[in-house]
Amino acid sequence: MLIHDRSRPGRRAAAQAPLAMPEVTDIPAALRRRSRPALPEVSELQAVRHYTRLSQKNFSIDTHFYPLGSCTMKYNPRACNTLAMLPGFLARHPLAPESHSQGFMACLYELQEMLKEVTGMHAVSLAPAAGAQGELAGVAMIRAYHLARGDLARTEILVPDAAHGTNPASAVMCGFKVREIPTGPDGDVDLAALEQAVGPRTAGIMLTNPSTVGVFDRNIQAIAARVHAAGGLLYYDGANLNAILGKVRPGDMGFDVIHMNLHKTFSTPHGGGGPGAGPVGVSARLESYLPVPLVAFDGEEYRWLAEHERPESIGRLTAFGGNMGILLRAYIYARLLGREGMRRVSEFATLNANYLMARLKAAGFDAAYPQRRASHEFIITLKREAKELDVNAMDFAKRLLDYGYHAPTTYFPLLVPECLLIEPTESESKEDLDGFVAAMIAIREEAQTNPELVKTAPHTMPVRRLDDVRAARQLDLAWQPQGQQQGST
Amino acid sequence: MPFVPHTPDDIVAMLDTVGVASIDDLFDEIPAELQIGELAAIPAGMAEMDIGRLMQSRARADGQPLCFIGAGAYDHHIPAAVWQIATRGEFYSAYTPYQAEASQGTLQLLYEFQSMMVALTGLDVSNASLYDGASGLAEAVLMAVRANRKVKSEKVLVPRSLHPAYRRTLRSIVSTQGIELVEVPFDPRGGHTAIEALDALAEQGPYAALVVNQPNFFGVLEDVDALTDWAHDRDALVIGVVNPVALALLSPPGDWGKTGADIACGEAQPLGMPLASGGPYAGFLCCRQEFVRQLPGRIVGRTLDLDGKPGFTLTLQAREQHIRRNKATSNICTNQGLLVTAATIHMTLLGAEGLERVAAACHANTARVTQLLCALPGVEPLFDRPVFHEQALHLPAPAADVLRSLAAHSILGGCDLSLDYPELDPAVLVCATEMRTGEEMQSYASKLGRIIATRTQAPSPVAPEI
Repeated sequence: MLIHDRSRPGRRAAAQAPLAMPEVTDIPAALRRRSRPALPEVSELQAVRHYTRLSQKNFSIDTHFYPLGSCTMKYNPRACNTLAMLPGFLARHPLAPESHSQGFMACLYELQEMLKEVTGMHAVSLAPAAGAQGELAGVAMIRAYHLARGDLARTEILVPDAAHGTNPASAVMCGFKVREIPTGPDGDVDLAALEQAVGPRTAGIMLTNPSTVGVFDRNIQAIAARVHAAGGLLYYDGANLNAILGKVRPGDMGFDVIHMNLHKTFSTPHGGGGPGAGPVGVSARLESYLPVPLVAFDGEEYRWLAEHERPESIGRLTAFGGNMGILLRAYIYARLLGREGMRRVSEFATLNANYLMARLKAAGFDAAYPQRRASHEFIITLKREAKELDVNAMDFAKRLLDYGYHAPTTYFPLLVPECLLIEPTESESKEDLDGFVAAMIAIREEAQTNPELVKTAPHTMPVRRLDDVRAARQLDLAWQPQGQQQGST
Repeated sequence: MPFVPHTPDDIVAMLDTVGVASIDDLFDEIPAELQIGELAAIPAGMAEMDIGRLMQSRARADGQPLCFIGAGAYDHHIPAAVWQIATRGEFYSAYTPYQAEASQGTLQLLYEFQSMMVALTGLDVSNASLYDGASGLAEAVLMAVRANRKVKSEKVLVPRSLHPAYRRTLRSIVSTQGIELVEVPFDPRGGHTAIEALDALAEQGPYAALVVNQPNFFGVLEDVDALTDWAHDRDALVIGVVNPVALALLSPPGDWGKTGADIACGEAQPLGMPLASGGPYAGFLCCRQEFVRQLPGRIVGRTLDLDGKPGFTLTLQAREQHIRRNKATSNICTNQGLLVTAATIHMTLLGAEGLERVAAACHANTARVTQLLCALPGVEPLFDRPVFHEQALHLPAPAADVLRSLAAHSILGGCDLSLDYPELDPAVLVCATEMRTGEEMQSYASKLGRIIATRTQAPSPVAPEI
């Protein structure tokens, strides 16, 4: 039932609005609203109960193992939320003067410094609001760099076929053409194909390392040397930074620009699809192009550096300079971990992934790259099961929900058929991983004995499988007051 | 080890299963010369108690000054239930609802959010949010250029009375795609966008779209009907940039002019999001049905399950980067789900009448503080047109100095306009939301009176406080 269906004319949560309604006399009638918007009219209790019950229809990290590959669904420490929501932080206006912002700015500055150190980059801007905006900023800096040198022929960005969809989309948003590079049979970038693609038109290459197939590209130094020799720059998609945190640094691999997804590696909440935060780090030659604002510190005072102080900047990406409350949560998480804790993140994320891969392999499932070490994630391909049992990766994913496990990422990366991309993260215990293996084995047994059960799963969720085709053809995107019907397109 | 549950026995057993001797062996495919030692510049870890103490002291250090700044971020009452529910783990620690059956809570809530934004803006469809109002406007501009089938132009008219940070954000995001932003001056007396100013730019057209800001950055109300019709007469689309709280009082974009605006976007922060230094907030983006396939970002649809029971799912995903890659409508992936959760609960608790009360109270408080401040010598409104809940004021002394002196008294007196509009110097933009009490406004006026008296070397018009 929608909240709108609980609505009754004249009902409201009266404690939540000013008691008086001053008359508005000086706004011309032509500019006034003619009728009230159709918002729900419910009591406070009805609202609280409705949304509490809705929350209970969700899987989440706090309630379920959530091995969604490439999304790093690890525990979000509660302290990060509580401390970022201290009244002093919540009440600070974005345009408050620096005299009333030193405590807050100290946190941002220290976060900038820690991110520089852990990525090996020369400078960091916290401004991008999410990973994809970090990509946009990063590619815009590559563009600005080439333009400033008068190097106008560089119109192409190289992107491996295993890359996240945001990579090619971000490159296009910066006016580049995308040239796709295939992945070799061992999971590393196909060097021969790279050799053919790279040249005077190459502005840069966007790489995720470890890649989305869950392996560390062993040729990274050769790739960096080749692209640099051709005059291109290297972009690091930090989606998988959790795999190498405190062990290996993108700056040392030769990357010129990187973004980090703080909602992954630094454990800020995923919030049902955001907010994220996507800080960018750069090598010295790109520093002047960083998006604003930045925080500077002269040993006594923290100061903002904005457009005026940074004339070569690619500019501002949101009105007030970023998802500040998320940056605070990442700062708190980083301080809780410290340098040792950061290293343990990648060590135990990698241990969990390799353990889970070993157990699934031993149970008879096919790893997509069985000869390789897993990074913090790995791919199981159910191609054989799909052929022999007629039960595909989506069926396994849906049935896992009935067993109380959020499904891994399905059908991504696109180059591995019937794939499950599984990322357990460091915060899961051995017992939870063992439970997941047991569920996968049980589902395969069901697929052998009662395939319909698996093919029609889930059976225990609030709804059964949904008709996505109907959703896209008979568009119903908003509740309509009675008497009004929304047309389909 | 914080947030790592492994016991020594677990580690031994797991390494044995993998068939390696140590955790380091798991990294043996990574070239040895890339592996680093200790990160000396990162401090050692802290206990929750210790980081708690540090954050408490930093939050306290910034004080909680009395806030008369608006300028795109507004200090409204937020019902206690909003963030208590939004931070429930089931909302807080879930992700994008890729597995619809296990995400019906988030999906239904997003559908309800879309429904509420449709009701507020008077348009047909809404997406499930963008990063913030400014980046949302950039997406709206890109969308309008793609969607305008009559005018194949990459020029867009943007009023100079639009928030300066929005104009800068817009420039950063769209300029790499060849879009040309043409600035429309504001009327020096009214502070609004006059039709004559548009007429003067008409020859440089045609334009793909006109941005109409209601209220505009100065708080001034625009003649949205005339502006909309002017654009439509020239086949330009109309993008409304609106404040969702103001929409409880003001004509919705869907009703503007003869046929309504085509796209509406804005900042959802006034709907239950704390000021929080500027984010996370959420951008919203609504449009007419005919443009829905050009709308960027997540969209939730209602459909049926195998049993014919209604349910919710992400839809029209063929627009998005994870399907279309380099042909997507935008690169956006993660957006602002948690803030939308707060906004939806907030709108439910306020309802249409509650939002109207908030809007009317803000309007009245701003009128009241304007009256108090304009009783001081040399303080007067910059513009003579009606405003919503912000007022641009001329000051008799340099704005930066005055604001600094006020801040020393723990009052944030407004936004210094002279930084972005040197021609208006010295001037401030003042906002009094429903949160400001009569006493607080009096206190502001009396402190400002004394500061002006000192600055202008004139006798104080206000009796000194004893």
